[in-house]
Amino acid sequence: MSEPLTELFSRCREEGRAALLPYMTAGLPTPEESLTLFAAMAEAGADGFEVGIPYADPLMDGPVIQAAGERALSAGSGVEVSLDVLREVVGSTGKPTVVMTYVNPVLRMGIEAFADRVAAAGGSGIIIADLPVDEAEVFAAAFRKRDIGLVLFVAPTTTDVRLERVLAAKPPFVYGIADLGVTGARTAASTHIAALVERVRRHSDVPVVAGVGISTPEQAHAAACVADGVIVGTALVREVMGATDAASAAEALRLAVGGFAAAMQRD
Amino acid sequence: MRLDKPDTQGRFAQFGGQFAPETLMPALEELETEFTKAWADPGFHDELNSLLRDFVGRPTPVYRAARLSAQYGIELYLKREDLAHTGAHKINNTIGQALLTKRMGKPRVIAETGAGQHGVATATACALLGQECVVYMGEKDIERQALNVHRMRMLGTEVRPVTSGAGTLKDAVSAAMRDWVASVDGTHYIIGSVVGPHPFPWMVRELQKVIGEELETQMDGSAPERPQPDVIVACVGGGSNAMGIFYPYAGSDVDLVGVEAAGYGLESGQHGASLVAGSPGVIHGSMTYLLQDDQGQILEAHSISAGLDYPGVGPEHAYFKDTGLVRYASVTDEEALEAVYLLASTEGIIPALESAHGLAWIIKEAPSLQGKVVVLNLSGRGDKDVELIVEQS
Repeated sequence: MSEPLTELFSRCREEGRAALLPYMTAGLPTPEESLTLFAAMAEAGADGFEVGIPYADPLMDGPVIQAAGERALSAGSGVEVSLDVLREVVGSTGKPTVVMTYVNPVLRMGIEAFADRVAAAGGSGIIIADLPVDEAEVFAAAFRKRDIGLVLFVAPTTTDVRLERVLAAKPPFVYGIADLGVTGARTAASTHIAALVERVRRHSDVPVVAGVGISTPEQAHAAACVADGVIVGTALVREVMGATDAASAAEALRLAVGGFAAAMQRD
Repeated sequence: MRLDKPDTQGRFAQFGGQFAPETLMPALEELETEFTKAWADPGFHDELNSLLRDFVGRPTPVYRAARLSAQYGIELYLKREDLAHTGAHKINNTIGQALLTKRMGKPRVIAETGAGQHGVATATACALLGQECVVYMGEKDIERQALNVHRMRMLGTEVRPVTSGAGTLKDAVSAAMRDWVASVDGTHYIIGSVVGPHPFPWMVRELQKVIGEELETQMDGSAPERPQPDVIVACVGGGSNAMGIFYPYAGSDVDLVGVEAAGYGLESGQHGASLVAGSPGVIHGSMTYLLQDDQGQILEAHSISAGLDYPGVGPEHAYFKDTGLVRYASVTDEEALEAVYLLASTEGIIPALESAHGLAWIIKEAPSLQGKVVVLNLSGRGDKDVELIVEQS
């Protein structure tokens, strides 16, 4: 259901802060222990989640999430495990959760069947990294039927004509790509996100969530001051990849997510 | 029916399209607009054609392989793309795209390469036009095609090793696309085959169809020594040389045969035969046939030939397969290796391992080709493979 997302963003607007939506590859460090990582992030102040389906050829992802995907796949994760993790995360944390995937696994299962599975698992939305608005209609229709929102992207390169098409498709939120390039840490804060949010605002009140290249609480805070939500991925996945076991990964995540959560309040 | 152009969604029936990150979409739109303009501009064709003639050496000859013809009872002709500058058909595409890059005012070019032929051809075009060039190449391919790595560096190109995945062509394409997502404002991605999101498959086909158009004039049936072809054979990895020679003939009564890499054999699961043994899905921005598992994860391909070691294929080939305009077959690493030696020792031509796949199919099928005029697109020369072939034998 997309309603929990809508509620989250309106509550955050009332509270003068942005929602923190951490990304984590499903099935890390193992399929059985995956839920403990999401639980730790929930305790530390995450408002919702992006559950990432590990993919063998992730075009929009930098080296950290690529490596995480490879490790998750060899640990036995994949589409089936990810949908299980989604169900467990929604069931135990009650937080709005979206699935993040690439288009081919959705096509392989069949768009309708995939939408059924996400709905049955309690997902609020779906993000498909290589699905621009031009190809989105058949996907959006299938998910809409089950009250699941198909998230669409706006990038610094997106033209006004394209922006209008994205908004006309009525996504549950717009994924504002904060920086050119794939996912991963940046040393400098993005200079794009404020302008991007402003461009969306001129046409629509739809929530804008900033992601890509946000890896420190300072960068997250800058994004939180203008956007409705912030996605942090690589910085958290790196903690998990560097940990020796699930317990220490959860501990590292608790600390990191706590830092990001504190950065969500606007000045 | 052959399509002049994909539809407004960039599709050949259900194949093709634009499954690309939003960041790249404006660049793809710009590319379609700019290429459409350039392709309608006689000035662009003049510039391209004079480079193809004086720099590349086109038209490439058609050679009758007399000894092989006698040996196998067929009339075998070779379209000599191996004689094009840099040693393969790849240069037809890179000169065109490098000229387009200049028109778009972008100073930097990136490319991927498998066997290194597209990398060398891109490096060459960039040297010619004074463009900065970075080529992504899988580390396994850097090892097996060392000669081409040296050539690219001599031409002033930076070769960046790709360590993700199996370190082959698929990973190099992904790495180039990731670079492009970050650098799109001042960079053009010269993709090396008829793959990727629209407009690439269409644009690369337009730039490669010169091969088939030349053949139509060279073998027009106007004299006994220039008969019209009955069968045209080409190897298919991404499929650019095959598309280049097939496209002008698609829909005619000439039998068109694309030969994919069967690697260790189709039954081994280790091959590059996406059309023969794959299923439809999306890879590198395009709906096409690909090698994937039951959860939609893309599988690693295998071929002795780096240029055919790719789990996808151009979407127009997928369309040709489903409409029956072209038939597709496959031959193994071993059969291709034998064909290299056969052509070398019988005709004095060392073919690229990729092109040898086409010859291997012809030899295997010779009994059904008796007396027919068969044209093989000899897409590249084999110097780059000599070391590998000697090690394998």
